Amino acid sequence: MISLEHVSRSFAVGDQQVYALRDISLDIAAGDYVSLMGPSGSGKSTLLNLIGLLDRPSSGTYSLDGKDVTALNDEEQARVRSEKIGFVFQSFNLVPRLTAAMNIELPLILAGIPSGKRKARVEGLLKDYGLSDRADHRPDQLSGGQRQRVAIARATSMHPSILLADEPTGNLDQSTGREVIDLLEILTEQNVALILVTHDPAIGGRARRQLHMLDGRVIG
Amino acid sequence: MRPIDIASFASHSLQSSRTRTLLMMLAMSIGVGAVVVLTALGEGARLYVVNQFSSLGSNLVLVFPGRTETAGISPGMLLGQIPRELTMEDARALLKSRAVSRIAPMTIGSSEISYGPLNREVVVLGSTSDLLEVRHMELALGQFLPSTHEGEPVCVLGAKIRHELFGNASPIGKWVRLGDRRFRVIGVMGSQGESMGYNTDELVIVPVSAAHMLFNNSGLLRILVEAKSRDSIPRAKQDAESILLARHGERDVTVITQDAVLATFDRILRALTLAVGGIAAISLSVAGVLIMNVMLIAVSQRVKEIGLLKALGASSSGIRTLFFTEAALLSIAGSIAGLALGEAGVLTIAKAYPSLPVTAPWWAVLAAMGTALATGILFSVWPARRAARLDPVAALSGR
Repeated sequence: MISLEHVSRSFAVGDQQVYALRDISLDIAAGDYVSLMGPSGSGKSTLLNLIGLLDRPSSGTYSLDGKDVTALNDEEQARVRSEKIGFVFQSFNLVPRLTAAMNIELPLILAGIPSGKRKARVEGLLKDYGLSDRADHRPDQLSGGQRQRVAIARATSMHPSILLADEPTGNLDQSTGREVIDLLEILTEQNVALILVTHDPAIGGRARRQLHMLDGRVIG
Repeated sequence: MRPIDIASFASHSLQSSRTRTLLMMLAMSIGVGAVVVLTALGEGARLYVVNQFSSLGSNLVLVFPGRTETAGISPGMLLGQIPRELTMEDARALLKSRAVSRIAPMTIGSSEISYGPLNREVVVLGSTSDLLEVRHMELALGQFLPSTHEGEPVCVLGAKIRHELFGNASPIGKWVRLGDRRFRVIGVMGSQGESMGYNTDELVIVPVSAAHMLFNNSGLLRILVEAKSRDSIPRAKQDAESILLARHGERDVTVITQDAVLATFDRILRALTLAVGGIAAISLSVAGVLIMNVMLIAVSQRVKEIGLLKALGASSSGIRTLFFTEAALLSIAGSIAGLALGEAGVLTIAKAYPSLPVTAPWWAVLAAMGTALATGILFSVWPARRAARLDPVAALSGR
């Protein structure tokens, strides 16, 4: 489904070219469970952003479902993000002024789904993630675990085929972190490809496929 | 995004930063309110003058002694340089024109009126019986100047003079003293207030010949000529000029139509209204700059949110639309509040000065609202573009 061919990403720092990714070729199938591990600065997050279409490669091609998505314009890339990709962040990234339910609804609003359909889907997600009694709470009234559950519910609200999680347990204690990983793993059983960036070998080790990165290269 | 969702998302984010929103609305509404109040004042002044002129009478042509080279009132006239007097004979001669229905000569002086122990200064207006019709005056008691026996020593009192000298008693038939002559009161004017500089309530009207004797002069201040219809005004003006040219042997009078004077005042006061409205509109653009500043702050405060929205599937143009909508909603709310503020100001002025017909003209209201909306949206172009151009990766990490 995801296919990267000789993808590089470089930044100009002063008059020097700094490579964040060097010549990466990678295939990820639907329902794959991939963990990305490696030290800071090894390019994990850059690769994740690139797959999530938040960033463009400097060279190489990235095709999604057989289509070259690097050639798409901003509008078309936004649509692909909306329909196929869900993000889960380390710092949750909930909109502080919106309630849990409204945060979950956000991708549906952005996709232009009519209000009645949205409400039904949000209600289902709140129930699935045990947040029904927290629907009207704002993020600052929720615990870390609850916040990340809201974020996962939000990431899955558009039924994406790819879920990108960047250190989703980084701001959580161990047992809550474990719960969050369990929730994400359940999704892989529903044919969602999960790509998980982590520092924690215990968490990364649970993935069916483990990729290690160093200096912008995948080393196995 | 659906338009309704865009609107509700934008209004939600405006509501969540209440102080900022209220301050911007205040700036906007003061601008709009100022335009409404100032143009209402200007328009009120214009209407006031127009009303004053129409209360003078309708289809009027005014004949002044003295000649002006161009249209309008000559400096010589203002200084009282009268080359040749207008006489009663001149006035009567004007009736020869078929375009003229009535004439009323006017001569003015000031004198002391006394009745018993009471006395005061009054403006004495010498005229003829037709003045009542020509000037659209109303009589409260008795009768107006007689059309025959013009030399009779009779007078008609203004409402206020009557009240001061006679209280509630009827003055009809009583004798009052004007200067060194005695006059019999035959009528009382209805209360009309001020008109063209003379308060008719404080006038005493006597026959022209009596006024001439009282002030020991012979000329007329002006002659009011009433044309038969609106269409015959130009004809009446021409006739008046040619009749007086024939009588005087030279063009030594000024004939102007009421319309010409009115049009001049109308133009001047409309320009004035536009000018004050324009000055007020400047405050609107200041409000626009304020909106731009606050929107820029809002963008930098919400960098993370913008990055998130992009990650969740918002396109750059979608983000731009969101910020635009916020500015537009703000401007709409601000201009509606400003309209309310302005109307409240207009009502207050109308209460304080009942004689001034203050109403904001519809074009000024539309222009104020339009300018408010346009500045609000125009000044949010840059902030909205800046928001839309944010790099999502950098925005998400809060850099």
